[in-house]
Amino acid sequence: MKKISIAIMLAGSMLLAGSAGAAAVDELLQTYAGQGAGAADPGAANTLWTREFRPAGADQDRSCATCHTRNLRQTGKHAKTGKPIDAMAPSVNGKRLTDVKHIEKWFGRNCKWTLGRECSPQEKANFLAFIRGS
Amino acid sequence: MKEKLAILITTLALAGVAGEVFSSDDDEHRGAAWGKTADVAAVSNEQYRAECASCHLAYPPGLLPAASWEKIMSGLSDHFGDNAELAPDVTKALTAYLVANGADRVNYRRSVKFARSAGNSAPLRITEIPYFRKEHREIPARMIKTNTQVGSLSNCSACHQRAEAGSFSEREITIPGYGRWDD
Ligand code: HEC
Ligand code: HEC
Ligand code: HEC
Repeated sequence: MKKISIAIMLAGSMLLAGSAGAAAVDELLQTYAGQGAGAADPGAANTLWTREFRPAGADQDRSCATCHTRNLRQTGKHAKTGKPIDAMAPSVNGKRLTDVKHIEKWFGRNCKWTLGRECSPQEKANFLAFIRGS
Repeated sequence: MKEKLAILITTLALAGVAGEVFSSDDDEHRGAAWGKTADVAAVSNEQYRAECASCHLAYPPGLLPAASWEKIMSGLSDHFGDNAELAPDVTKALTAYLVANGADRVNYRRSVKFARSAGNSAPLRITEIPYFRKEHREIPARMIKTNTQVGSLSNCSACHQRAEAGSFSEREITIPGYGRWDD
């Protein structure tokens, strides 16, 4: 039974991924609102994007900009491996913010790596609004 | 520009696959499209490419023994200091692909060398294997560590342009900022 509902959810998210980028963002914003997030504040995300953190065990300060750069329309570079990371801005990279699972996976990894903790639903909503408008 | 690049990548990937399909079982493994030998099987699993090539190239599975892949895949939440966690079903599927194609499970010429050199150890890094170290020992640090376009030997594709296609031939090595490798 559980397997079936997971399969339906998977199929659903695949359908959404196929449609325009707005669908994925809207769906996630709704999810975050359900988890207690208020109106998304892109300005707050803009500030958090470049704020530096040093989680336990890190030998250097880190921010989102460490890999994605300050300018979201620019190609980034992975801090450790040097691999180029395509621009984050949907205005120059149509693939961004189109896949709910991809976004959630990378919020999970990147918030833990950068801030040393999960991002709150409010912070994730803010980031989405900020990236979408870039 | 982007589109051209995507087409190029697809073509290369297909050439890699073709190379695999048409290769015979002797130790030459000639790629039909390129007429060159493949050292190691090309990456042939799209899910692997999607999940394991975001932070670095998709390392061909034939570069590490099966036991190494098992270890790597069971510790993805602390993966060389990064979090590379995946959903359990995805981890399971990718582990199966990597293990089945591990260096000690296939008979590609170069894979066999990596497997023999690793012996019974299950190294977490390709770059730790003695055979790998021996092959790269003559490259000066200025071409690696202090070369901003390389950074470390883990970045295979910086120098071996067809690394994901499993080709490490000496004729295909270009060191960024220094040009073709001749020794
Ligand atoms: C250590 C490098 C690194 C840091 C630091 C980093 N990211 Fe990422 N991020 C990546 C990589 C790698 C990807 C996946 C590759 C890709 O999608 O091109 C990614 C993907 C994403 C995505 C998915 C976008 C999409 O739809 O394709 C989002 C959202 C994101 N990052 C947000 C953030 C935020 C917010 C921060 C700061 C809290 C951050 N990242 C910090 C490396 C990083
Ligand atoms: C979030 C980023 C990230 C993701 C996703 C990721 N890796 Fe890595 N991986 C790294 C980093 C960082 C290193 C260390 C690179 C270095 O030292 O230059 C590494 C190194 C490796 C190495 C060792 C390379 C060497 O030095 O010989 C292997 C093998 C490897 N990764 C396999 C995988 C596999 C398999 C997956 C998919 C399940 C994966 N990686 C996904 C970040 C990542
Ligand atoms: C800084 C550039 C550079 C990087 C990065 C690099 N290599 Fe190499 N590699 C070379 C050079 C140069 C040689 C030839 C050395 C010689 O013959 O003196 C070589 C040789 C080899 C050979 C032997 C080829 C032959 O024909 O004998 C293999 C296999 C190989 N590399 C695999 C890898 C793998 C796998 C990685 C990533 C884990 C990697 N290399 C990373 C430069 C590099």
